[in-house]
Amino acid sequence: MSNGNMNLTLKVWRQKNAESKGAFVTYKAENISPDMSFLEMLDVVNEGLIHTGGEPIHFDHDCREGICGMCSLYINGHPHGPKNAITTCQLHMRTFHDGEIIVIEPWRAAAFPVIKDLAVDRSSFDRIQQAGGFVSVNTGGVPDANEIPIPKVIADEAFNSATCIGCGACVAACKNASAMLFVSAKVTQLGMLPQGQPERYSRVQAMVAQMDAEGFGNCTNTGACEAECPKEIKMTNISRMNNDYFSAKLFGQEELHEHASGE
Amino acid sequence: MSEFKQTFNSSLGKKLIMALTGLFLCTFLIVHLGGNLLLFKHDDGYGFNVYANFLTHFPPIEVVAYLLYLSILVHSVYALVLTIQNRKARPVGYAIQAKSNASWSSKNMGLLGSVLFLFLVIHMSDFWYRYKYSGTMTYKEYRTDLSSGKTESVEFNPTSPDFENSVSTQNNFEIVRVKDLHARVESSFSQLWYVIFYVIAMGAVSFHLLHGFQSAFRTLGWVHRKYTPIVEFIGTWFFAVIMPLGFAAMPVVYYFTKS
Repeated sequence: MSNGNMNLTLKVWRQKNAESKGAFVTYKAENISPDMSFLEMLDVVNEGLIHTGGEPIHFDHDCREGICGMCSLYINGHPHGPKNAITTCQLHMRTFHDGEIIVIEPWRAAAFPVIKDLAVDRSSFDRIQQAGGFVSVNTGGVPDANEIPIPKVIADEAFNSATCIGCGACVAACKNASAMLFVSAKVTQLGMLPQGQPERYSRVQAMVAQMDAEGFGNCTNTGACEAECPKEIKMTNISRMNNDYFSAKLFGQEELHEHASGE
Repeated sequence: MSEFKQTFNSSLGKKLIMALTGLFLCTFLIVHLGGNLLLFKHDDGYGFNVYANFLTHFPPIEVVAYLLYLSILVHSVYALVLTIQNRKARPVGYAIQAKSNASWSSKNMGLLGSVLFLFLVIHMSDFWYRYKYSGTMTYKEYRTDLSSGKTESVEFNPTSPDFENSVSTQNNFEIVRVKDLHARVESSFSQLWYVIFYVIAMGAVSFHLLHGFQSAFRTLGWVHRKYTPIVEFIGTWFFAVIMPLGFAAMPVVYYFTKS
């Protein structure tokens, strides 16, 4: 094409709701600029569908700048598409070539039921976070900025874990649909810092218990999560979480006094 | 008690059991390989048979042996439970799955483990069960001249069916009578299909431990910039290369040097 625009074939998973059985539907995406983002390309396809009286393809999105964790999409066998360290909204159509067939699926996990088409319900992540992903902050005067000394390496590591946007790509990539990369990032971002110590043991136990209750799979250390994570969260977090969890189970003192007093 | 139950029923607890039993089985492999290197001694099975006799008649080792059999069963059962849970966690699969960075062995631990379980059933029924319970074992008598240190071996037919072993000294000769497991090994390793199956199984050990050894340390939470490379080095070179090669060499060498 003279203007460099592309024509693509999309195979999109369409599913009416959580209860219905879905199927792939083929669409033509025509005259697509290589400078468009993947979501803008879907917007164009949806415009066309609306004009012809069809039901637009449902997909999650919000900030469209890679920080909110709302966009998902399993594109050609990769969560967030074939490129590393970016979300779907940061994926540009120049990654694909003219005439390519693109297969778009939702995240597949029992704990992420399909709401409609490509949009899945990720509230299981919210419930894990609510179970223990917080620190206690006392009210009172504003504390000094550098009141608590924290080594830079620790601060950096905690920050790296905190860059997790909770998109669920780790679950989507894992052959066991395990959420351990997400949970471990949330556990260790707080557990590494002095401010996170009071709830360190109770946090890891509560979050792991909620993760299990949500029906995620178990980690087999394949490393697929780390490879597909748009924020490059490291598997080391999983080991840190395990360490904290076993330590909590062995040395946790929360209920020791209760039992000692015979209640 | 419920606290323990809850811990070991959690996802991390089950993984902990997999890691601990797996590493225990790894330590056993070292001992097993070390002892079985006696097969390469040209002494008509003297060293090997005495070693096998020691393993089956020394109580502390018998205790550890039963702990070992328990570990194999627990490791297998938990693997099955975890796999079923993992399958349930993704009821609808993907239409397209691109090649991921995850290693082949890490994605096929269940398949490799199943091959190993089949191998263990055949291996143990052929040697361990026959040795201890079948009553079909032959015996050998080793006569060592205490002045020259030379050992000669002859067939020995015990008069009592309950005979296990004996050591006695007669006219400057030390006489050792034990079950002839070495003959059993020789006859098994003279069959081509058996040798091929053993070599395949050792390939499965190699790939299973290539992922399993370092994965166990990750599960235990022992990951460190300084020590993890050492763990990976040992897991790769010792457990996935040297050890399976050592084990596979036994049937291969016996098959090609049989008389």
